[in-house]
Amino acid sequence: MKNVIEAKHLRKIFGDFVAVDDISFEVLPGECFGILGPNGAGKTSTIRMLYGFSPMTGGILKVFGLPMPGCFRAVKARTGVCQQENNLDPDLTVIQNLEVFARYFDIPKAPAREKAENLLKFMALDHRREAKAIELSGGMKRRLVLARALINEPELLILDEPTTGLDPQSRHQVWDRLEALRGKGLSILLTTHYMDEASRLCDRLMIMDHGRVLVQGRPVDLIRKYAGHDIIEIVEPADVLKAHVRTQNLEYEDLGHRLIIYIHESGDRLYHEISDRYCTEGCIMRMATLEDVFLRLTGRELRE
Amino acid sequence: MTQMPSVQISRRFFRVWQRNFSVYRQNWKISFIPPLLEPLFYLLAFGVGLSALVGDIQYKGNEISYVRFIAPALIAINIMYNAFFENTYGSFVRMYYQKTFDAMMATPLSVEEIITGEIIWGATKSVIATAIMMAVISLFGLIRYPQGLLIIPLALLGGIAFGSVGMFITGITTHIELFNLPIFLFITPMFLFSGTFFPIENLPLWAQHLADFLPLTHLVNLTRSLSSGLLEASMLWALGYFLVFCIIFFPLAVHRMHRRLIK
Repeated sequence: MKNVIEAKHLRKIFGDFVAVDDISFEVLPGECFGILGPNGAGKTSTIRMLYGFSPMTGGILKVFGLPMPGCFRAVKARTGVCQQENNLDPDLTVIQNLEVFARYFDIPKAPAREKAENLLKFMALDHRREAKAIELSGGMKRRLVLARALINEPELLILDEPTTGLDPQSRHQVWDRLEALRGKGLSILLTTHYMDEASRLCDRLMIMDHGRVLVQGRPVDLIRKYAGHDIIEIVEPADVLKAHVRTQNLEYEDLGHRLIIYIHESGDRLYHEISDRYCTEGCIMRMATLEDVFLRLTGRELRE
Repeated sequence: MTQMPSVQISRRFFRVWQRNFSVYRQNWKISFIPPLLEPLFYLLAFGVGLSALVGDIQYKGNEISYVRFIAPALIAINIMYNAFFENTYGSFVRMYYQKTFDAMMATPLSVEEIITGEIIWGATKSVIATAIMMAVISLFGLIRYPQGLLIIPLALLGGIAFGSVGMFITGITTHIELFNLPIFLFITPMFLFSGTFFPIENLPLWAQHLADFLPLTHLVNLTRSLSSGLLEASMLWALGYFLVFCIIFFPLAVHRMHRRLIK
């Protein structure tokens, strides 16, 4: 089967700032593909090119096998986009927001109404159908934006930070819905800052920084390869411990007040050794996560 | 090399118009009030208060009452105001604060269609306001029919002209407060010096020539002629002026907004 998205050597330059610097990736049918990266990594610039919002500076981009931005209308008719900001029509009601959006896709009135009602049920918003969009809570607004992105029954759903700013309950509700959509075979592309979100939703992902792709792969494989199996974290490590670690041929990061050791097989033996001999508290062992991979690859300094 | 899709305008711009109309219908009771009351206020202030001082006015060789002189100008001013304000403040709010255009651009709509829909909507507001004002002014017998009915399509043309200028300004304005500048330098002088409240002939000659360049001058001439039931050849010049004005400013507005929105 054809790739849903095929991007080759994609570049985007604003003036003298290179936002996206020669990236290549593809999204397979039915998969959820994630783009991760710190602020300013080029995530949003990348997906804006995907839905024809911004022209590419260079490279080749095909969506559903159609060249972009040339075929923007055909591509956008089959794509649902959930932008970072909740750009709902504040003066319109919940149901009107969906119906007005359906008109942009030339969906006739009766089917638009039916689709809108179904989507409101799916997003658990049917009890607020007559409320003005401006009166909704953050989580509800988000779900409405998501419902709106589905009004044209897209084959590809593009989500730019779908759960940023939501409370934990709302995030889980959004995740539930996205998982249900993926279960139905919808291809999803999402950007996120949240590693738990990426681990839970993404079949494959890439981590970007400074406009380039650092790594690409399945979350589990990336964790195994770049962070190992177990992590031992020691708060305020003693100098003797640091000296010991240095002699042991271990992968570690010394952050001053915190020591992080990456272990590729089971860390049990080492953990007992360290906790018995060097520290009685402030020493924990945990599973390696995507967050470890992310921080190792993109560094720990602030991006502002 | 930046790859740009070519300029695309289809009938889909109507979807943008429809969106604005849907929002307008939510608040129509409030939107109806200004064009209903404004002519009443003006006619009261100028017709009752000022006309005693002014007396009758010479217009095309005839003596006409001051109220009859300014009533068509009020319509022309409203055509200008409605389209200009809709495509400056209204469009700016949708573009900048509500991100409505961003949402539309994720659908099959093109930027050109969004901007066209916006300008036609601004002109539609001019038409709605014109129709309401004409109804009020007609109650005082100040519009001659059927010629006066031509003011309605004229409102659409005038609305497109002033809306295009407004949209062009929106395309280069970084902050909503900055709209004060074109209003102060462009809209207010026209409001006062386009033969609205006194005949242009009362101005010094150089100012008369200047006024001849202002679009509102031509719009006032047209609404005044039509209200008096006159159909003259000179009106074609004014119409031509508006067509040329639209041919220049409409593409300019679309181009500016394209540059602003597509990054």
